[in-house]
Amino acid sequence: MSYKEKGYIEPEELENLGLLPPRERLEKGPVVIAECPEEIPCNICVHVCPFKAIKMDKIYEIPRIDWGKCIGCGVCVPQCPGQALFVVDLSKPSQALITLPYEFLPRPEKGMRVILLNRRGEHVGEGVIVKAWQHDRTWAVTVSVPKDKWLEVRAVWIPEK
Amino acid sequence: MPDYRIYEHPILDFRRGRRVKFYYRDKVIEAYEGESILAALYAVGYRVFNRSPKLGLPRGAYCMIGKCSSCLSIVDGVPNTRICIEPVREGIHVEPQEGLADIRMARKQENVETVKVETDLLVVGGGPAGLKAALVAAEHGADVVLVNDHYVLGGQLVKQTHKFFGSRDYFGGTRGFRIAEILSKKIKEYNNIHVYTNGFAYGYFKDGVVGVAVHGEHPLNLLVKAKTIIAALGAAEKGLDFEGNYLPGVMGAGGAQTLMNQYGVRPGDRAVVVGSGNVGLIIAYQLLQAGVKVEALAEILPRIGGWFVHAAKIRRLGVKILTRHSIVRAAGLERVEKAVLQAYDEHFRPIPGTEKEFDVDLVLISIGLQPDTKFFAQAGAVMKWVPEAGGLVPIRTWGQETSVENLFVAGDASGIEEATTAFIEGEIAALSALLKLGLGSKEVEERRGKLIDFLWNEYRMAPVVRRAREGKLKVTVSEEEMKKIRVGEYP
Repeated sequence: MSYKEKGYIEPEELENLGLLPPRERLEKGPVVIAECPEEIPCNICVHVCPFKAIKMDKIYEIPRIDWGKCIGCGVCVPQCPGQALFVVDLSKPSQALITLPYEFLPRPEKGMRVILLNRRGEHVGEGVIVKAWQHDRTWAVTVSVPKDKWLEVRAVWIPEK
Repeated sequence: MPDYRIYEHPILDFRRGRRVKFYYRDKVIEAYEGESILAALYAVGYRVFNRSPKLGLPRGAYCMIGKCSSCLSIVDGVPNTRICIEPVREGIHVEPQEGLADIRMARKQENVETVKVETDLLVVGGGPAGLKAALVAAEHGADVVLVNDHYVLGGQLVKQTHKFFGSRDYFGGTRGFRIAEILSKKIKEYNNIHVYTNGFAYGYFKDGVVGVAVHGEHPLNLLVKAKTIIAALGAAEKGLDFEGNYLPGVMGAGGAQTLMNQYGVRPGDRAVVVGSGNVGLIIAYQLLQAGVKVEALAEILPRIGGWFVHAAKIRRLGVKILTRHSIVRAAGLERVEKAVLQAYDEHFRPIPGTEKEFDVDLVLISIGLQPDTKFFAQAGAVMKWVPEAGGLVPIRTWGQETSVENLFVAGDASGIEEATTAFIEGEIAALSALLKLGLGSKEVEERRGKLIDFLWNEYRMAPVVRRAREGKLKVTVSEEEMKKIRVGEYP
């Protein structure tokens, strides 16, 4: 079954589409991963990237990240209309940092403990918010997660107080 | 009284207007200025707004944009009032209609004043296509009359809370309701655009005259004699045949979106969504944002219909997407209390023993839209049934002109697509109208050529929208072919 049947994409599918950065790049520092496998007419990310690190010749092509130019700033994360961009940072020794979009209540704050969700909405552990900022009310939440979960965690849920 | 109003929302601030009181039956209802009558009643717990004429079955909110007949009520003695697009006003008396109205009741309409106006361009419909068309024409000096059925301009943009896809030149990256605000504000800046809200275009007459019934507090029979007309009437949600589909709580997905995002009224507590096109997927996400639990989203086909990224957004928050499933039954006394989904085989036959029951109060139908093209048919435009476009649509030139000379079509009324293409079609139609009016320079002609090229040869080439492109291709002809069609030589 492909992502169009399930509603979520497998890491192997991302790999086959060339959407995953090489391991060495990931370990060097933050970098963006575009989980945008379908050719849809949209090029917002190309325009918002301050480093011109995202390429697309025609408006409907899959975004191609230049992993040399991308510094993982995360500016694109809350601006992607499809919420398909994630920044992953594997440069820290104990934890992985993931920056992901969030549009729910309660509002995220640094230090909050959150539930980590995978692409199927399953709870895969707990994490801590290390940074949260917003663009037009979409939050870019950076969360620290167990290092082996970097390719799994793609959403957070903040329990009501 | 229960209170379904939303006070805190991750994306929207509901800045409610002044408090107003009106009467429903003999009860005093407190509402906020700016709300529609239906939204105000829904907010305090009403769910049944009318009854079917023969069997007396309950009728609830369905489309919420004046396209269906589910909520027809009597407002200050005026029967057949669509209370979903009628604003609350201090002291009005609203009565449920309970079936068909008695024409003798319609006293108020007997003395309606008729007003005649002339204009270069009449735009019917104030959604993305119509607003863009009005602005482009006004910019180039045309005198424009804009009529809009709803009391708020913006069409369905007003309830779109997601950031738009597409090109930055056409508001990509901006939330839909913000686009509506931007465009509505711009419209006000032009004194050569004359806006009539609450205006329903009821008919096309000889010599380019369009009759517009201005409804509401100050009813008017507006007769607009226009040199050119762009009709951008949008679309209506399709219904689905299943047991109990009449029950209040079975609603167009867009209807629920209107309640929660335009008026800040939570449509229910627990929902199933039927249909996995972009509308269904986006609404499932927005229901979660409004605090509604989404039990499941059913799709009868083996694949998700809408864009993957929209599906991924709800899937990662735990919403089940059941492909090869559809709804077989909604049950409840006067409203939905239960929905039964069932698996379907590859021949679209339900598989016995696969029923899944959900305790829900909402069943949201998002199985597609149908273009609102009655106006074109009545005007005598040559139409064609095109499934890829959502149904019956007028044949048009590359410049959006129909077989009725000087009558143009744009947006969803020309075949179902989305807002970006509606903006572009609206602009193309306006540029074509300007050329006809003699207000178009060489620059106008060039701009139109560029837009047509971008629309057909780049934007619509995206694989996910190619089916819509094919549909539109079937009804788009050259000027020469159109000349033949006009004299009765159908291709």
